[in-house]
Amino acid sequence: MTVITAPDAGTLVTPRKRGRRRPSLLIALSFLIVALVVICAFFGSQIAPFGANAQNLSLATQAPSAHHLLGTDDFGRDILSRLIVGARAAVIGPTLIAVGALIIGNALGLIAGYVGGRVDYFIMRLADLVWALPGLLIAIVVVGVIGGGYYVAVTVLIVLTFPVDARIVRGAALQQRNMPYVEAAGTLGISPWRVMLRHIWPNLLPLVMANTFLNFAFSLVALSGLSFLGLGVPLNTPDWGGMLAQNFSLIQSNAMACLGPAIALVLTATSMNLIGDWIYERLSDRGRAR
Amino acid sequence: MRARQISVFLARRVLALIVLLLLISFLVFGLLYLAPGNAIQVLLGTHPSSPAIVAALKAKYHLNDPFIEQYLVWLKGAVRLNLGVSIQSGQTVTALIGSRIGVTAFLGVYAFLVAVVFGVPAGVIAAMHSRGIADRAIVGISLLGVSVPAFVSGVFLLYLLAIDAGWFPVYGPGVGFVDRLWHLTLPALALAFGVMALIVKLTRAAMITVLEQDYIAFAQARGVGPVRVIVRYALRNALGPIITAGGLILGVVLTGAVLVEQVFALPGIGSLLVTSVEAKDVPVVQGFTLLAAAILIAANFLIDLCFLFIDPRITAGRGAQ
Repeated sequence: MTVITAPDAGTLVTPRKRGRRRPSLLIALSFLIVALVVICAFFGSQIAPFGANAQNLSLATQAPSAHHLLGTDDFGRDILSRLIVGARAAVIGPTLIAVGALIIGNALGLIAGYVGGRVDYFIMRLADLVWALPGLLIAIVVVGVIGGGYYVAVTVLIVLTFPVDARIVRGAALQQRNMPYVEAAGTLGISPWRVMLRHIWPNLLPLVMANTFLNFAFSLVALSGLSFLGLGVPLNTPDWGGMLAQNFSLIQSNAMACLGPAIALVLTATSMNLIGDWIYERLSDRGRAR
Repeated sequence: MRARQISVFLARRVLALIVLLLLISFLVFGLLYLAPGNAIQVLLGTHPSSPAIVAALKAKYHLNDPFIEQYLVWLKGAVRLNLGVSIQSGQTVTALIGSRIGVTAFLGVYAFLVAVVFGVPAGVIAAMHSRGIADRAIVGISLLGVSVPAFVSGVFLLYLLAIDAGWFPVYGPGVGFVDRLWHLTLPALALAFGVMALIVKLTRAAMITVLEQDYIAFAQARGVGPVRVIVRYALRNALGPIITAGGLILGVVLTGAVLVEQVFALPGIGSLLVTSVEAKDVPVVQGFTLLAAAILIAANFLIDLCFLFIDPRITAGRGAQ
């Protein structure tokens, strides 16, 4: 969205050419935010000034102060600390979904694009079916009835994401299949698996990476919605969507208890989307990128 | 000849539609058995158990019959809109959903209209000035729309315009059309934000592709006015991909409605789903799921029908393609 260049219509550019453009300030900021969130996900409980579940009822529902930068919730728990520790739930689930869909989707997409045949037909019909399904709604029903919370939701979202990934990878793999280097590799007697993974796949890497970031953002939004409805992580685990729901009633006494997690959620998801779009932008004309 | 092709096309679609509905109904019925505990425990809910009640439930739901027969009995009822009784309230599922669907339909249509009225022109403008300042601003806003969950935009709107400024009511669906319109404005805006982002993205991508076509350049060269080129030549051809995504858009609206109704405490079917899920009220969840699936399938069928009118190639037969 921020880089303006003449598009190389539809074709994948070689990696070397792309390196020339430096990311804009907005993209740099996005990377910074994502890095911060990831650091909080790993070391959250060490960084946080208070324990995420440490209650102090005498300091319940306080407005932001020097001591509690974002104030406290109705149990006297420090909002900032819960935000920092909550980064873990915001990173683990979406990462699992993005990476899970990446592995399954890429394997199937490569097979569909390079080998074709029945696998191709099957995967395409599956993608057609799944493409328009409301993933979060299905997750709400399944998790709501079966139970199992977060990880059942993660599984449902992986299942609903990978066919679409497979279709994207298939399209790109089809484009590559007719290139001379693939033909050459086949003529040399290199096994199909090796051609797919070592020859074709590296050329799809920018597309795959971009898509993985977009999947992360989408999954974060979906999972937070689930937590907002009380179907995500267990009640005591700090989670941005869950915090928003629990502190909703405090919106008049300490708005930050409610808006803090909302802002964290929006910043992280926006950054991920910006990074994903930026990678897409670098590789092809935006109009036909998706 | 043409009429016959259309009827073959329609017959195939209807057949596929029925098969899909049957498949989904089977999955929805299976929900009862996927819930933790056995079917009796699920149907009892928090009610006290006694041999007489258990026997009555078994008889009513044919629980002693084989699974397939139970499904057929359930399906027979479902076809007649008899989806059983809510465990929580004792009302029939149909009555419960019927009493609440009005709010959700109002909210959904309102949000959809807002999203289309703002989204399509924004997408067209962005495509016309591709990579210019207007394009970047519109794409930026729509990117924010994808990143902000409906409940977050709902909370922000509620805080800024209802609680802080006091311009809008904080909760409730309102009575009468005008009052309801006023009450549902904030929820509809919250819902429309994400939907609009999707529509902008689809419109922009389709328009950019169409505007590159030779017939657009030719029309401009012939001296056709800019408005006519954009609306009659470009937008009409760009509509295809946008309408195709109608099912996707409807899914986003439905999902968003569940979250937004929760934020604004609206008595729609979305909040019914949430309370039913919390109470493990499986018959109501089944009813909701079946309804949502039926709506989505019907919408996709209507979209296929639309294409009969929009795109003459579909009915013109293979020779013309």
